[in-house]
Amino acid sequence: MAIEARNVSKRFGDFVALDDVSISVESGSLTALLGPSGGGKSTLLRVIAGLETPDAGEVFISGKEATALAPQKRDVGFVFQHYAPFTHMTVWDNIAFGLTIRRRPKDEVRARVAELLELVQLKGLDKRYPSQLSGGQRQRMALARALAAQPEVLLLDEPFGALDARVRKELREWLLRLHDEMHVTTIFVTHDQEEALEVADTVVVMNNGRVEQIAPPRELYDHPANPFVMSFVGPVNKIGEAWVRPHDIELTHEPNGPAREAQVERIVRLGFEVRVDLVRDDGERLHVQLTRNEAEVLELEPGDIVYVRLRSERTFSETGEPTRPVPA
Amino acid sequence: MTARYGIRLFSLGYLAIILVAPVSLIFWRAFEHGLHPFWAAISNPTAVHALKLTVEITLIVVPLNTVFGILCAIAIVRHRIPGMGLVNALVDLPLALSPVVVGLALYLLYGRDGWFGHWLLGHGVQVLFALPAMVLATTFVSLPFVVREVVPVLREIGTQQEEAAATLGASALTTFRRITLPAIRWAVAYGVVLTTARSLGEFGAVSIVSGGIAGRTQTLTQYVQASYENFDQTGAYAASVLLALLAITTLLLTTVVKRGDRSS
Repeated sequence: MAIEARNVSKRFGDFVALDDVSISVESGSLTALLGPSGGGKSTLLRVIAGLETPDAGEVFISGKEATALAPQKRDVGFVFQHYAPFTHMTVWDNIAFGLTIRRRPKDEVRARVAELLELVQLKGLDKRYPSQLSGGQRQRMALARALAAQPEVLLLDEPFGALDARVRKELREWLLRLHDEMHVTTIFVTHDQEEALEVADTVVVMNNGRVEQIAPPRELYDHPANPFVMSFVGPVNKIGEAWVRPHDIELTHEPNGPAREAQVERIVRLGFEVRVDLVRDDGERLHVQLTRNEAEVLELEPGDIVYVRLRSERTFSETGEPTRPVPA
Repeated sequence: MTARYGIRLFSLGYLAIILVAPVSLIFWRAFEHGLHPFWAAISNPTAVHALKLTVEITLIVVPLNTVFGILCAIAIVRHRIPGMGLVNALVDLPLALSPVVVGLALYLLYGRDGWFGHWLLGHGVQVLFALPAMVLATTFVSLPFVVREVVPVLREIGTQQEEAAATLGASALTTFRRITLPAIRWAVAYGVVLTTARSLGEFGAVSIVSGGIAGRTQTLTQYVQASYENFDQTGAYAASVLLALLAITTLLLTTVVKRGDRSS
């Protein structure tokens, strides 16, 4: 295990940020801490980095107890949400910081910084100041700075949070490639489930200071541990006791087996995806996702009566445990 | 339009009457009979000594209050120590308290029968009517400036750059030297300029604790008063011009600092 947190708790006044949290992160993996804001994920990241001291529990980095270790001695790279660039230093000096304070030889520093500039695609911008960079460039500079001293662990706090959608997507793919090349154990915090599912090999879902589930993306989506995870990792309909994903609903014009009637209220066409809002005869609303082909075949119009069949759904016991699927 | 001209006229007129006229008058009076009497007045040994003493006090006080000011600002902003709110309020006290009161308090404390004075005199340390008391008084009155300039800047830059430096392996001292200090440098410079100006011009507190012995414990401001009282008007005006020139130089430094601040 590269990183392990055991029974970590942290309060800020009355607010419980972490409540008996335990996670273990494998060496070389790319792990996402996913959850709504205030769920404790950033606090957990800061506890791992040594920027917060937990009230209870232990942290291990590379098998060594690190709970009371100063951040300077943890050998972690940290990328802050707003990148925390050293505003009075050039890009070059920012990236070189971790090396110059360790008094590494000048030639080594020069070579390493040049290599990193290439890696984060900031070649030629090394004499600029952070204020002269775009958001995405600043982000990559912060990443290069964190990687300079070759940390064992890379921690990223909402790394794409402050960027616009297109840059976000580019950086995501780029981070994935970077991780494939460098194999540095990486943990990143995000509140975007798509980002977590796309980038991470393991996702830790957190809510109210607790871990809800730890699983690979596919398992998380297909076998959520409880209603919170089910509704957080993707859109969901709740029909009575059953939970169903919008793409697991089939629509037909003719009654077919145990199908129920519903009326089309609204149709939104988003390129390949078509979203249909339905109202069932008992007044419950349903959101359905169809492919464009399916929608074309059905020739739906608002006001149409259709028949609804659930292809797969899940139910959870009162304690939140999954139970055997039952037909609607 | 009329309103705008009205405001302009009023503020310029106000400045002219309150500021420009008196200062110009000083200059005019000092140079009324040419450069020679002015030069004679400021090169007499008592005046030279007063100038030297004033500069000496300033050179001791400014570094003291700069170091204290930076540390105090960091303590107020960065550390949640109980009682820091009280410290924050106390720092402003010298701005509110009349320097005469400060002088009197020091007099009571370090005088022959004072709490500290008795003991110190017993060990052969003369504080009152000597350099130490004058330094103490000047330190007191010029204490808030660096703190007040640095605190808001520290708040504004936040802790993230410092945290980033820590995760990159920088010790607390390295972080201060490489990250915090460069970020607050213009605020510190501004505070130093104000502290210097205040120290050069200090009169009230110092005049109570110094004794104002000509050629020994007389600062430039006290020299002005003494000359005036002794009907040596040229001397008084000349020394005043010297003080005004020192003040103007400091102010010019402020604009340099301001320009640097904007460009960073």
